Amino acid sequence: MAETARPRRRFRWTSGLIVGIVMMSVMILTALLAPLFLSEAAEKLTPQASQGPSAEHWLGTDDFGRDVLARSLVATRLTLLMTAATTAIAVIAGIAIGTAVWLAPRRIRAAVLRVIEAAVAYPSLIFSLLIAAILGQGTWSAVLAISIASIPAFARLTANMAASISQRNYVSTARLLGVSGPHIITRHLLPNMAEPLLVLTATVFATTLIDLSSLSFIGLGVQNPEYDFGRLLNEALVNIYSQPLQAVMPSIMITITGLSAMLIGDGLAAATDPRGGRKFGSLRKASEIPASMRADSEALVEVDNLTVSTPSGVPLVKGVSLSIHAGEVVGLVGESGSGKSLTAMSIAGLLPEELGVSAKTMRLGELNLLKKNNPRTLATSIGLVYQDPGTSFNPALRIGSQLTEVSRVHLGQSRTTAFGRMVKALADIRITQPEKRMKQHPHELSGGMLQRAMIASTLVTDPRLIIADEPTTALDVTVQADVLRQFRTINREMGTAMLFISHDIGVVQALCDKVIVMNGGKILERLTGEELAAGKVKHPYTKALLAATPSIAERKAELVTVSAKDFALDEVFDDASAAAGGDGTNGTGTKETAK
Amino acid sequence: MTEPTMLSKEVQILESQTPGATKGPRGRALSLSPWADYALRRAGGVLLSVALLVVVTFFMVPLIPGDPAVAVAGADATTEQIEAIRNSLGLNDPLYIQFFHYVGGLFTGDLGESFAYSTSVSQIIATKLPFTAELAVLGIILVLLVSVPAGMLVGILTRGGRKKWLDVSFGMLTGLFQAVPQYVVSTMLVVVFAIILKVLPAAGAASLSALILPVIGLSIAPICSIARVVRRETSTVLEQDYLRTARGWRLPSLRLYARHALPNLLTTALTLAGLILAGMLGGAIIVENVFNWPGLGREIVTAIVNKDYPVIQGIILVLGFLAIVLNLLVDIILGLIDPRTLGGKSNG
Repeated sequence: MAETARPRRRFRWTSGLIVGIVMMSVMILTALLAPLFLSEAAEKLTPQASQGPSAEHWLGTDDFGRDVLARSLVATRLTLLMTAATTAIAVIAGIAIGTAVWLAPRRIRAAVLRVIEAAVAYPSLIFSLLIAAILGQGTWSAVLAISIASIPAFARLTANMAASISQRNYVSTARLLGVSGPHIITRHLLPNMAEPLLVLTATVFATTLIDLSSLSFIGLGVQNPEYDFGRLLNEALVNIYSQPLQAVMPSIMITITGLSAMLIGDGLAAATDPRGGRKFGSLRKASEIPASMRADSEALVEVDNLTVSTPSGVPLVKGVSLSIHAGEVVGLVGESGSGKSLTAMSIAGLLPEELGVSAKTMRLGELNLLKKNNPRTLATSIGLVYQDPGTSFNPALRIGSQLTEVSRVHLGQSRTTAFGRMVKALADIRITQPEKRMKQHPHELSGGMLQRAMIASTLVTDPRLIIADEPTTALDVTVQADVLRQFRTINREMGTAMLFISHDIGVVQALCDKVIVMNGGKILERLTGEELAAGKVKHPYTKALLAATPSIAERKAELVTVSAKDFALDEVFDDASAAAGGDGTNGTGTKETAK
Repeated sequence: MTEPTMLSKEVQILESQTPGATKGPRGRALSLSPWADYALRRAGGVLLSVALLVVVTFFMVPLIPGDPAVAVAGADATTEQIEAIRNSLGLNDPLYIQFFHYVGGLFTGDLGESFAYSTSVSQIIATKLPFTAELAVLGIILVLLVSVPAGMLVGILTRGGRKKWLDVSFGMLTGLFQAVPQYVVSTMLVVVFAIILKVLPAAGAASLSALILPVIGLSIAPICSIARVVRRETSTVLEQDYLRTARGWRLPSLRLYARHALPNLLTTALTLAGLILAGMLGGAIIVENVFNWPGLGREIVTAIVNKDYPVIQGIILVLGFLAIVLNLLVDIILGLIDPRTLGGKSNG
């Protein structure tokens, strides 16, 4: 659960994308072929006016005896041409403006961005009506009107994306190296925006299609004798009572075209979205495995043979057993992807729901954690502290109402009582101006202060167990020490049992009575705090962890390197890749160590 | 309807590139209270938008290719007629004098005279605006009432990849109605409810029931757009750390979703919804034409065909101004829901 690495992107062909491309191909074919074969039926005036459907005219004829079906098919060409031209103008001009502002001097850039921002606030259709009023009515003035009206929006999106890219290191490096502006655009900005720009282009195509045909529909776009889908519907509306079928075919055609562009856009977005393709799996269950040697019925917390696996069945935690006695602090150490956070969150019952959890036993006191428990009991028995206080607080709510949530919801305390207690608890841990802090929002407090407040809030329910998942990792070193001191004080004064997760063996050593070293979803070594302090470790992986901790390494004065043959290779290697693929955490560190 | 869908795509793309990128600025040094500071910057943005609107509408007439007076008078007008129009449009004055008159007129509520009706433009707008406002306000209320709960419900039900069928059918249905232009939906509504079923009037504004079809025709596409945005935001918010924290507090579902998820997903959803709702003003123009609704939309189309420039200018000014007001309203609501947004954008 620590650092979330970005999984490698793979292009996924979704059924929507395929359907969209097929539909669009059919429309393009229609646009190419229909005018060749059907022009006469579509445009020649005949005496058979306003007829109903017949064998000769499947959808009937219009006021001038022209075949409705043929007209709808022939109109595809002009509609697609206009839409493509509009999209091209809007996209090219939008990209040019959106990227060029990033090369302009700061002041010009700010001004241009503000103007674009202001222009986007207006509905594009109103803007295009203005342009249509200037240019007059007709096919190409409609194209210009809609494309000019679409430029600000596209420019803004490009500028936003260019902004996030131009802040990246390689662009600043290129600037420092004196690479020319246009070169930066073509070499660095555009290639990195290509994917999202493609998606946006498909979307622009769909929306300009609607806008263009809307303009024709209200009579301000394509003019007689030319016709696109919008124009056909405009003509059909006049006869809607006598010839309702006349409106149906153009409606269907425009829907298919718009839908295919939309499907292509959505499909491209989904295909390049690394978050896609997740499956929902099983729930937690008690496993059939017999009790292991590690079972400890005396303990406060007993976990026997815990396994956690992905929906596809890849095991992430493989038979972990541990016990925590009352008043004991147990440390769980290992690097990212070792399964330590998964183990802790299984005990807390907070794993992502698609992961399957099973164990022979998992209990806290008499509370069976494999079952669904009373929320009040769970909330008051287990206190939780998370890794990053910056993200584990709700940004939209005031600190006070978040910290007192459990007291108010589960202990039935009034707002005033709960607030009073929390203010006192904050003052106890030397948080300055506690009343003021309670009224502030999370972004107004420092990370250290938030984390200490979170710890204080877990105490008001007097929990039996506190689970702290890398509580010091996101904090500065000086603040870390402060937070650790707070945990130690709680344990000493209140005797609360703790499960303390960290990748930093130095931190764990300072705090814990027992230390469990995990890697690849398995427990490699169990130590007491004293053994660890004395350096009495057996497993080479633990030695490597110790060596990687500067404070301890200094004492040992020698750098221990670990090689693959020092411990069972397959164990670590398999597990690391499984963990990396499974919960999105980074397993590369393990692989490198193993090699 | 261009920007909203594009914007929602952008959000999707940016989010997929940087997971959890929606963090507010931290520790801004504020001299004033956040609201006062925000109000000042926002007022600047509003002024800029209004200024842009005034400049753009003013330049409409000088930008008309050829002589606007000839365009207005028609091909076979006499020189005297053209000269008269030149004078009434003020085309003989230098550009800056024309602009001065234009802005001066705006301050006194004088938008000029219509060529076609020889009444004042402000009077035309005063009689037509209520019809458009009626349509737009009812539409906006309907859109918000339907799209937010629907999107959130689907987001919650499909969280973590559950109920694949619901996810797919929701995506298909909303995608379909997004892809269909509002005028097509409206025409089909007329065919089904007015011609086949004969339960509702097809056109006009004579009765209260005449409002039903136009409002629905106007709202379906925005409902789908916003519901999609809300659904996506819901699933993003449900995966945030702070929601895990709230789950760790074992809160009841209603409290979890309504108090801890809703404000956060509304932030992004409303930012987009502001533009979508403003876009409904454009949609109203189209829909009014389907239902022969006597609002600003029909009026502006007639005016464009008749080259009645003062009326066009006036209506675009009013619609643009309404769009600015809508965006401002949305931003104020955003600031109330999530104070972090006060540090953010200042424009629009």
